[in-house]
Amino acid sequence: MTVFLIDGKEYTAKPDENLLQACLGAGLDLPYFCWHPALGSVGACRQCAVKQYANAEDTTGKLVMACMTPLAEGARFSLADPETAAFRASVIEWLMINHPHDCPVCEEGGECHLQDMTVMTGHAYRRYRFTKRTHRNQNLGPFIKHEMNRCIACYRCTRFYRDYAGGRDLDVFAAHDHVYFGRHADGTLESEFSGNLVEVCPTGVFTDKPFSARYARKWDMRGAPSICTHCALGCNTTANERAGELRRIVNRYNGSVNGYFLCDRGRFGYGFVNAPDRIRTPLGRGADGKQAPISREDAVARFGALLRAGGRIVGIGSPRASLESNFALRSLVGAENFHPGVSAHEGVLLRLVTDILTSGAVHVPSLRDVEHADAVCVLGSDLPNAAPRAALALRQAVRGAGIVAAAAAEIPYWQDAGVRTYAGEVRSPLFIATPAATRLDDVAHTALRAAPNDIARLGFAVAACIDPGAPAVADLSADLTAQAQLIAQALLAADRPLIVSGVEAGEISVIEAAANIAIALRARGKTAALMLNLPECNSLGLALMAEGAGGLAAALGEPAALVIVLENDLFRRAGSAVLDTALAAAHLVVLDHSDGPTSQRAELVLPAASFAESGGTLVSSEGRAQRFYQPIFAENDVRAAWRWLGEAGRAAGNNACAGWSTEDDIVAALGSTLPHFVAAPRAAPLETFRITGKRISSEPHRFSGRTAMNADRNVREPKPPVSADSPFSATMEGYYGKMPPALLPFAWAPGWNSVQSVNKFQAEIGGALEGGDPGVRLLDAHKDATLAYYTEIPEPFAPRPGMWRAVMLPRVFGDEELSARAAPIRERMSPPAIALNEQDAAQIGAAGGQLLACELDGEPQHLALEIHPGLPRGVAGISGLAAKVHALPAWIAVTTSGLGAS
Amino acid sequence: MMMDKPLTALIQPDGMPLDIAGYERAGGYQALRKALTMTPEAIIAEVKRSRLRGRGGGGFSTGRKWEAVPTGTDAARQHYLVVNADEMEPGSFKDRLLLEQTPHQMIESVIISAFAIQADIAYIFVRAEYVLSLSRLARAVAEAEARGYLGADILGSGFALTIHVHASGGRYICGESSALLTALEGRRPLPRSRPPRSALSGLWGKPSIVNNVETLCNVPHIVERGADWFLGLSRGADGGTKLYGLSGRVKRPGLWELPLGTSLNEILEEHAGGMQDGYECRAVLPGGASTAFVMNADFDIPMDFTSVQKLGSSLGTGNIMALDNQRCPIGMLRNLEHFFAQESCGFCTPCRDGLPWVERILAAIEAGDGEAEDLDTLARHVSFLNSDGTFCDLAPGAMAPLGSGLKHFRAEFEQHIAEKRCPWHETAESWA
Repeated sequence: MTVFLIDGKEYTAKPDENLLQACLGAGLDLPYFCWHPALGSVGACRQCAVKQYANAEDTTGKLVMACMTPLAEGARFSLADPETAAFRASVIEWLMINHPHDCPVCEEGGECHLQDMTVMTGHAYRRYRFTKRTHRNQNLGPFIKHEMNRCIACYRCTRFYRDYAGGRDLDVFAAHDHVYFGRHADGTLESEFSGNLVEVCPTGVFTDKPFSARYARKWDMRGAPSICTHCALGCNTTANERAGELRRIVNRYNGSVNGYFLCDRGRFGYGFVNAPDRIRTPLGRGADGKQAPISREDAVARFGALLRAGGRIVGIGSPRASLESNFALRSLVGAENFHPGVSAHEGVLLRLVTDILTSGAVHVPSLRDVEHADAVCVLGSDLPNAAPRAALALRQAVRGAGIVAAAAAEIPYWQDAGVRTYAGEVRSPLFIATPAATRLDDVAHTALRAAPNDIARLGFAVAACIDPGAPAVADLSADLTAQAQLIAQALLAADRPLIVSGVEAGEISVIEAAANIAIALRARGKTAALMLNLPECNSLGLALMAEGAGGLAAALGEPAALVIVLENDLFRRAGSAVLDTALAAAHLVVLDHSDGPTSQRAELVLPAASFAESGGTLVSSEGRAQRFYQPIFAENDVRAAWRWLGEAGRAAGNNACAGWSTEDDIVAALGSTLPHFVAAPRAAPLETFRITGKRISSEPHRFSGRTAMNADRNVREPKPPVSADSPFSATMEGYYGKMPPALLPFAWAPGWNSVQSVNKFQAEIGGALEGGDPGVRLLDAHKDATLAYYTEIPEPFAPRPGMWRAVMLPRVFGDEELSARAAPIRERMSPPAIALNEQDAAQIGAAGGQLLACELDGEPQHLALEIHPGLPRGVAGISGLAAKVHALPAWIAVTTSGLGAS
Repeated sequence: MMMDKPLTALIQPDGMPLDIAGYERAGGYQALRKALTMTPEAIIAEVKRSRLRGRGGGGFSTGRKWEAVPTGTDAARQHYLVVNADEMEPGSFKDRLLLEQTPHQMIESVIISAFAIQADIAYIFVRAEYVLSLSRLARAVAEAEARGYLGADILGSGFALTIHVHASGGRYICGESSALLTALEGRRPLPRSRPPRSALSGLWGKPSIVNNVETLCNVPHIVERGADWFLGLSRGADGGTKLYGLSGRVKRPGLWELPLGTSLNEILEEHAGGMQDGYECRAVLPGGASTAFVMNADFDIPMDFTSVQKLGSSLGTGNIMALDNQRCPIGMLRNLEHFFAQESCGFCTPCRDGLPWVERILAAIEAGDGEAEDLDTLARHVSFLNSDGTFCDLAPGAMAPLGSGLKHFRAEFEQHIAEKRCPWHETAESWA
């Protein structure tokens, strides 16, 4: 550690930090704009000016920018120096020349970094008396609102969008005080990370458009720590509520997982919670065969009667439901009757992934680990579409070699422009093997296009190159052999090699090949990280709970008297013909929050809580169990599915349900029943947690209108709800301050109203939160664990005459079931399509855009043709048909017979 | 050859540059032949000993700049030499003369200098409006290539060099040496933070040297004649001649190659012929728009680096602008600050937002709308827009005339504000 002096007082910091980081880390308030812990320093805004003194005798000093100043042992600085204080106030005064001061009508007001910094510098009176410059705003699509007049030109937006996230369509235009941050023309921002501009922008230039339409001030919303439900990465979010409505999702810092950034699917995918067609009351099928609302008591009684009626009861769990609800169902129907509710094919892949991850023989990396990998091999995963936040982490990983090279030239890692210039094209090696192009290819050393079988063969060959003991691949092409050697050398040369694959690769062999590489590296004494991505927010939790490779086929193979479906649309998991047969004779009870083909078929539908109306625990693909909390206290029958199950179970006299009164009870039962979950109760403090005897407040202390907001219905102030499951109060009453990081309901500190206030909760600026990053890892590698090589190496891919191997090409917007219900996400979805190599398209005489006919799962499909030059011949990429993923991969015939042919 | 004016000796009376044959007949490319027999280190040592200092405004020792390029076996990376021919400083037109009239001198200078720093690619970054310079340079490069002065194996020495003549996109900030590099990379021309210095991480992150046109044009002569001869050209401690220019209401505005350290009076009275009848020179900006006023009481100073600096100004480009008594100094400052405000790249706050404020205050004062507090605001900008407070040297340059103007023309400022009018407006046309 380095000791330095601020105004005569000693502080310590890591020697490679800059002075601004060090000051913030020491808890000092020093204003800044262009610096961001994830983006580094460029010295543009000149806001963090301080005095630096050459030695103890120097009383004059020199004005320096703290963000651009390295620390040195014994270095002397002053923040209090009047000249620099005046300079800092003057920077605000300059920024205010053109800033419109429209805070009362600005969405950023109340959580604006510019407001905070203005107050911090003490600047109040503006002497500028001339006109302000104005700009024309752009329509940037469904996610982001643009108000350029507010811009203070800190350059964070373009640095995040272009340099950090690899976007191309946002840039800075013009010069001097006319600099303009936007697109070359109006249009939707293309990057799937555009939503982060809302938080990266220190003022209200880029704001959340859906939120703007249902706006409330930050101080007027209840906040709840939440977990994103739109992929398996487990990004931490804050869910904000007002008047019973989920208003927005913002990033919640977790140094080990998502850091400062979310993807747009996670940020803008919450619309299903507020959807008018939500299931909000119990529905029973009446004598007329139609579903109609019934009372809660009636629903419980009917459910109880069905449970008591005897016969085979099948419980179908869900990878998008909490551990609590899944375990409640499992307990209610018995482990042998509980099935994970995924397609037969996915069930096999999930089992394989779970076996590998639980073996203890591989290191399952956090996203922070991914960012620090120094050689990466991706097999079969289109991460920018399947798990965007992980792709963003990989994009940072490739910078590693350049940062190391710059450091050797004494350019510190945080000197962003200097590092990027020095590094140039020097990158840590990233190898990507996928059927179609990905949005990470631009930073890849090699982006290889191959059919899944050949991707697997490449992976097996890499493993064999690393460890001769790994099974060799016979008859590998010279090209793939050379690639395999190159990848093997890069991984062996690395200190922190990382292998990435996942269920989206679609083939067992690809995942096995990825595992073999990790095993081979371990055999050579390397600690290899293996990231196996999963499709849904609790896929891993569910897979750890379920036994065997039980997909839907196993669940519905034998006739059942009662089928209970938990938060799952089975028609996304199996073909309708199969389901029609299987469900024909059974009573069907569905617990879900969103309407769909499965709930529409049910005899009894129970309104389950979404992530916003209940708490729960999810296990991310990292094996991190994380707790989410409810911001909404529903005034209707919507309740956590496990509560419905418990009540019905008790009505049916089921002892397993007797002790369930809080989430903690179920998680405790889960931890004591299944060894994988022993640590799960430690994911977050229990419901009984109090600080100085108080619950944690979940509304800011300035929350307004509580006594008036229901006055249209009742002039008496209702008694505030109390959470039975969490240590939160539902109001501004209670404790707010230093607290366990998993419980942070909103980020705020005195003088820091914006998201930047997270500085005050970090143990190290940009590092872990004080008290440790939230969540508990369930899967850790151990030294003695072993995993045997997988030996079934597939044959090389061979096109079949007149047939194509159809594989799923994921899409970030639309594939995930729940977010696809959100209006802004729907605007970003495009119609389903089929991709073919240009020669294949020519062979069948088809042109781009033309509708082609094929059959998936026995149903005819008409899909627009997209020409993908890189796609291997004989492979057809299907996109925009996530509900049919259960039918893929498959061999299909593709014809130009077009519309009406069927 | 008139060797007391080495830079301009080969300029022809008809204004047409010598072609390569003519240049060779006049002794051209002999310095290159000599240089290729020397070691790069020996050339750098000679240039350092000659006390050649940068003629673009910075005044940094050329030899010391070159020494900073990493050498040795573990420094096998690409080096670049970049010629800053983006002459856009208001009032400066010296490099244009050399580029248009002596293109082969430029090319020979580049080859020798590139050899000295072991760069095998050189760029000449030319102001976009200098179309004649661009075409003459392009022709000279082609001729030099045809004669084997450029290419894979120059005159059998094993040294290889390619010269690219590049037209600027056309902004003043591109003349800032680090922004110039960023512009050459095809990116937005933002200046760069130092460290790292360009000599370590310059163009595309590789060691790069950026030199001014006039600076480099001295190099062949130093190589050919030696540092002692070069030192003897000057009247001061630093070596060489200097292209001095003078604009304003003088009898013969122009550009002259004179010994470094020639006095301001001599340039004004002898070479420029003195002021036009009826005009008095009150002050000059000695080296372009980014230098502080030198008042007429000090016109006896030698125009060299240290003497001008002692007066609180700088030699800059050595291209002098004269302010006469029938010109409103506030109007002159307003015009200058308009240029700087418009040419700010928009990267750092004080420059981007401070300079337009300064310009508007000056315009208001000139228009009779000034307020007493305006002088404090201007003074605050002068004190804050220094090289510590801002990102590059554009804003400090903009503050040089303003700061000295506030000091020397205080009475005129106060008169404008008190009388709510410009005392010059009814008697003279505006500056712009």
